[in-house]
Amino acid sequence: MNDATNTRDPIIKFDKVVKRFGDHVVLDELDFEVQRGEKVTIIGPSGSGKSTVLRILMTLEEINDGVVYVGGEPLWHQRKGDSLAPASEQHLRQMRSQLGMVFQQFNLFPHMTVLRNLTEAPVQVLGVSKAEARKRGMELLEMVGLTDQANKYPHQLSGGQQQRVGIARALAMRPKVMLFDEPTSALDPELVGEVLNVIRSLADEHDLTMLLVTHEMHFARQVSDRICFFDQGRIKEQGKPEEIFTAPKEERTRAFLKAVLDPDD
Amino acid sequence: MFFGIEWDTSSQWAFAISIFPILLHGLVVTLQATVVGFFIALALGLVLAALKSAPTRIIRWPAKLVTEFIRDTPLLIQLFFLFYVLPEFGLTLPAFLTGALALGVQYSAYTSEVYRAGLEAVAKGQREAARALNLASSRTFTHIILPQAIPRIIPALGNYLVSIMKDVPVLSVVTVLEMLGVAKIIGDRTGGYLIPLSMVGGLYLVMTLIASFGVRYLDTHLPKRGLSLK
Repeated sequence: MNDATNTRDPIIKFDKVVKRFGDHVVLDELDFEVQRGEKVTIIGPSGSGKSTVLRILMTLEEINDGVVYVGGEPLWHQRKGDSLAPASEQHLRQMRSQLGMVFQQFNLFPHMTVLRNLTEAPVQVLGVSKAEARKRGMELLEMVGLTDQANKYPHQLSGGQQQRVGIARALAMRPKVMLFDEPTSALDPELVGEVLNVIRSLADEHDLTMLLVTHEMHFARQVSDRICFFDQGRIKEQGKPEEIFTAPKEERTRAFLKAVLDPDD
Repeated sequence: MFFGIEWDTSSQWAFAISIFPILLHGLVVTLQATVVGFFIALALGLVLAALKSAPTRIIRWPAKLVTEFIRDTPLLIQLFFLFYVLPEFGLTLPAFLTGALALGVQYSAYTSEVYRAGLEAVAKGQREAARALNLASSRTFTHIILPQAIPRIIPALGNYLVSIMKDVPVLSVVTVLEMLGVAKIIGDRTGGYLIPLSMVGGLYLVMTLIASFGVRYLDTHLPKRGLSLK
């Protein structure tokens, strides 16, 4: 595969993907694409399958049918001649290295210092030297404004600071795609801004593809190239932020936006 | 006379003082049986816990059945099986080893549950974060899960150490000369049971209090968030 075709292909592609939890269909033959460097925000009511899309990409959740492609390669499958076979752990490891994830609950390692949280995986997985990993870790902490917290433990930090460490930890693995799974939902309102500012600064990086699930509509409007409205396991409507927020075509989208933007009505 | 030590029956106090060193001989055996039984329980429990969390049912189910069987039958029956039934099949173990083994087997059922509960108590998000960072599953276990599980596991294991110690007197029925067995022999030979048995009770009380204090100390002083890695 040469670079020219590489840049034209979508970096993420869901092809008729089905995900069920028991009898409940979470993703219903979902077709979904994200281009390289694109910043896409998924919005929609809870249970619409938004987070599941991210969790499938991070290989935390298996799919029941269809094919997911990352960088043109099947994620949950391996090519065997002309057909697709279930992916081996080795294949998953290779695919996973392109993705980074920021969790709603941060999921920092509580027994490791902030800096160790950032160096553990680069040293163990990428084989970077400890000194190199620390240097890069400190650079990332500087980017998220937490250099003075490097030797503290996560519980000594505020929620907003912890989530900034969570973002830095994911970036330390140099992913091509960053997945943000409701990164500010667990935060006190006054701490949301500092996390959004860090994400906003990332959105300026052209090469980085971002896939964001959030309830922060104003923020989504500012940073996204495209908004996807999910409903009942499918994309009900998608388009540029201005289109979706100012002139949604679908009744469901209108109702949802009205409910989240003017909750007092 | 017992263990080459004479008892003095001139007064109750003299009797108590003279048999104290004899009881200490028994105490040493009690502690040895406790420690050996505990280590067998730790090792066997780890094996059982691993089998019970195996990916295939064919391995999981027998391990669960064995655990359930061990837990639901009295220690004394297991002890008699090892002591009286195994020799019928040509396997004769020394009494002490038989006793320690019975304790170890009995308590492996409990330690295996302690391990399992301790590991499962580590938040699911920790495994997910490790997976997202592509850490190998062995590394995830040794550096993410275990350091967080150990502070929960150790105090629970300590409680079972105390329980094992209190179960050691059962071994006296298969001729192991632990503390209670020694006290009974002194009673048999002198006709006075009150003092030796009271002293055994007292010694047990002291040991249990010390051990419980140790467990509580561990419980409050182990790092709640996991053994720290800098």
